[in-house]
Amino acid sequence: MVTINIDGRTVEVPEDTTILKAADQAGVWIPTMCHSEYFEPYGVCRLCSVEVVRGKRSRIVTACNYPIRNGMTIHTNSERVKWLRKVIMEMLISRWPNVKVVKDLAERLGIEKSRFTSLERDESENACILCGMCVNMCNDVVKANVLGFAHTGIERKVVRPFDEKTDQCIVCGSCAHVCPTGHIKMVLEDYRGKKSEFTLGPKTPIYVPTLQAVPRVPVIDAESCIHFQTGGCENCAKVCEPNAINYKMEDEIVEIDVGQVLITTGFDLFDASPMAQYGYGRLDNVYSSLEFESILNSTGPTGGNIVMKNGKEPRAVGIIHCIGSRDTNHHAYCSRVCCMYALKFAHLVRDRTDAAIYQFYIDMRAFGKGYEEFYNRLLDEGVTMIRGKAAEIVEGAWNENGDPSLKIRCEDTLIGKFREIPVDMVVLCNAMEPRKDSDAIRRLFSISKSPDGFFLERHPKLDPTSTATEGVFIAGCSQGPKDIPDTVAQASSAAARILSLISKGEVEIEPVRAMVQDEYCSGCKICNNMCPYGAIEFIEEKKISHVNEALCKGCGTCVAACPSGAMTGNGFTDEQILAELEGLML
Amino acid sequence: MAKPKLALYWAASCGGCEIAVLDIHEKILDVAAAFDIVFWPCAMDFKYQDVRAMEDKSIDLCLFNGSIRNSEAAEIAHMLRAKSKVVVAFGSCALEGGIPGLANLTTKEDILRVVYKDTPSTVTQNGGVYPQTHSKMKEGSIEIPELWETVKSLDQVIDVEYYVPGCPPQPEQIWAVIEHVISGRPLPPKGSILGATDKTCCDECPRDRKEKKIKQFYRPFEIQTDPNECLLDQGMVCMGPATRSGCGALCTKANMPCRGCYGPPPHIVDQGAKMVSALASVIDSTEPEEIERILDQIADPMGTFYRFSLAHSILRRVEKV
Amino acid sequence: MAFEPRIIGFLCNWCSYTGADLAGVSRIKSAPNVRILRTMCSGRVDPAFILKAFQLGADGVIVMGCHLGDCHYQEGNYKTIRRLPFLKRLVKDFGIDPRRLRLEWVSASEGDKFAKIVNEMTEEIRQLGPLKLTVHREIERAIAQP
Repeated sequence: MVTINIDGRTVEVPEDTTILKAADQAGVWIPTMCHSEYFEPYGVCRLCSVEVVRGKRSRIVTACNYPIRNGMTIHTNSERVKWLRKVIMEMLISRWPNVKVVKDLAERLGIEKSRFTSLERDESENACILCGMCVNMCNDVVKANVLGFAHTGIERKVVRPFDEKTDQCIVCGSCAHVCPTGHIKMVLEDYRGKKSEFTLGPKTPIYVPTLQAVPRVPVIDAESCIHFQTGGCENCAKVCEPNAINYKMEDEIVEIDVGQVLITTGFDLFDASPMAQYGYGRLDNVYSSLEFESILNSTGPTGGNIVMKNGKEPRAVGIIHCIGSRDTNHHAYCSRVCCMYALKFAHLVRDRTDAAIYQFYIDMRAFGKGYEEFYNRLLDEGVTMIRGKAAEIVEGAWNENGDPSLKIRCEDTLIGKFREIPVDMVVLCNAMEPRKDSDAIRRLFSISKSPDGFFLERHPKLDPTSTATEGVFIAGCSQGPKDIPDTVAQASSAAARILSLISKGEVEIEPVRAMVQDEYCSGCKICNNMCPYGAIEFIEEKKISHVNEALCKGCGTCVAACPSGAMTGNGFTDEQILAELEGLML
Repeated sequence: MAKPKLALYWAASCGGCEIAVLDIHEKILDVAAAFDIVFWPCAMDFKYQDVRAMEDKSIDLCLFNGSIRNSEAAEIAHMLRAKSKVVVAFGSCALEGGIPGLANLTTKEDILRVVYKDTPSTVTQNGGVYPQTHSKMKEGSIEIPELWETVKSLDQVIDVEYYVPGCPPQPEQIWAVIEHVISGRPLPPKGSILGATDKTCCDECPRDRKEKKIKQFYRPFEIQTDPNECLLDQGMVCMGPATRSGCGALCTKANMPCRGCYGPPPHIVDQGAKMVSALASVIDSTEPEEIERILDQIADPMGTFYRFSLAHSILRRVEKV
Repeated sequence: MAFEPRIIGFLCNWCSYTGADLAGVSRIKSAPNVRILRTMCSGRVDPAFILKAFQLGADGVIVMGCHLGDCHYQEGNYKTIRRLPFLKRLVKDFGIDPRRLRLEWVSASEGDKFAKIVNEMTEEIRQLGPLKLTVHREIERAIAQP
């Protein structure tokens, strides 16, 4: 630690610090224009010039990059410094009189007008003031090396290589972020980063996937992270105090031996954009149920405020049931949960806004415990229930000469009339559908699917959690649409089934197995690669095949293939099947 | 004590089985010494009436070769059945129809037409004449046996005690059977297959077998085979895996695929269907078009898979379409 | 009496048998002509069983299994797609109309497909008429005169 004196105040600062940092610590303001914490001091604007006194000598230095020495005396406001700043500021004003940062700084320094007249006078409000911060950012921090200065003197300007559009630019936006005048703007042509599944709008490349995640740990999206494109930046690592950020971490595949598997892969939300009549993805303020859920979330993008894209509170909200479900064009089944969450949405909209609420439903299905009561409560809260599936959502005016909004066209079957209802926001209750990759999962575990595409349980009533494959269980929406209480019940049941087998320590397997009758086997090796489980081994000493009964699953393919009749299958022998045939043909 | 009586008969067959009996060489003298040969039309002069005159069950052993394809064979089969204590279906034809059984691929009408009309060497008069079962002429009437529509194995016509497979049965196997009878040791249960084992031809085949995956089938003239590798592995349609052993794998030792003359192993009801199943299983493809292409390489599936067993297979014969 | 086809159906336990069950549970109407024989996998169906069914008087045989790639035993039905076309050639050679032998994929969820196939097959066999084989006549004759 060294002791210095700034404007008469004595401070103790670390040895290798700069005057600017020391002054900051001492509570002394030094004006800067080209300085940023992101990159090394640049010292080009000269506004941070201070007077350093050492013994009888004094000299002017730039505070941003001048290192502290013990016993230094620094004047930040001496006449000499003031004079210098005044000259610099006047020159700046003369050239860029309307740029806000220049104007603000001049005002703070008490400089009203310039004595100079600049031939390059630029009246625009966001002119480039050649501070070079974007260049430093691009080269030192991002390491994309796209921006640089070209020409000298009054012609000096910031350019990309050959002043042309370049692929070298990774569109990180750091230059725009650091630009003090707003000269550099980002034009959103194509957002390259990840759009989080259930949130609206883009996120930063380092983000917490869901706020309820446990542990709540951020992850880096390698596609949009600057570091993974240029090797630069690492700002998150610099600010992370526990040093938790590791750019070298990779996905790894871990193999775990298990005896039983519970499949709870959930559902996918039906994508309503092909149903053009509802305008999802085309019209503003038409949301899917999960997007609206994210809007309602107090940690969500709007902080739980129900607002439209323009930030205003909606005057009316329409909630449309059965989008893609109970619809022979998409899914014939009922998604079960929509009626109730639609009522919940209505309740929360009523709670948080003054908006009118319209529910468009085919049938109201309040089937669970307490659900019907909730429905009645909502009716009392003044939610308008319209029986009839909305036909179309169109853009329209709120009234004859009012604000633009949406109109829902529908048939209200209770009054037998076609209606057009103006709303500001529409929430679609999308169907739950099987996961896109559920067929791959299904094949992995040799389980079946029901006509709706969800995993098939062994018995719809008596065995709703187990599957055709021993030791593989299913629960939740992977088996079919269901709400939270049903999911919990099914998952608990599956867990109990699994635990009962674990506590028993052994499993009973089907007695259907293939076996080789040694006396008839001549080792022709036709059966040996029939078995997908590798249960058939060839015994070299005896020159015959043998079935490992623990591996055999009893399909009988080898039995049908065995040309010598040596292979036989318990429960399904040739004799049994032929006898069965005879019985069938009686 | 009188010597046991032996009868041999030759129905629809090539005669190879009769020669095979002689292939036991000088041991034939032992046979002559041990048995009183009462009927052997091929070798000695016996008349049907002589046998018909014998008492029922007076013949101790009857070796019957050939399938039944006309009324004469059937008549003699019934007669010998009545006169014999033990009837042995001797050779593949008697056992399962054999090569004559391939007549079941066509019809009696077609066979007669080809033989008596269509063959280029046949000179036809009045549009061709078929042999008539009954012909009347001035000297009297002549009756010749009637050709059957369907060839049958012996056990489809009469009750048979034992079976000796082979086309022809191997001499040492024949001697083993005869020797067993001569020795007076207790006979095996009725319906047994003698002179063969319960395993398949692969058991005796000295070739090296691998786990099979076949992408291409070859006919014998299309490929130079490795003498030490399994013929099926090399893509030749070898009936060995679905054929009872006992021959000593003669064919495969001579670089030819097994033709299946020893018939199906025990527990196999249909040799051809079984071989189809086994071969299809090891075809190395999962693409339907490619599978069809590979199957196209198998020439004459009926004649290959049912060469000996057609008459005794599940469907027995081809239907007229 | 009108001709009622007798069809033997070999159904795999996991897909087609469950699919047939679903057809029943769902009360889907289908022809009663298919007599079902359950095997664990369509790969268990030995061609000999099919010939035997014809020998025993079946007018048609249908084998049903899981869709390709969906086999409960991973690849059992891939053996079936090799055996059945092979057998079909043989059946044709035996003088039996190959339409009398069918291979279909019916998953556990396709109760309606099961019913449709059964109805289709029954109708087709009805058009083809009863299957009369020499072996049937011979067996009848053998029964008539023991």
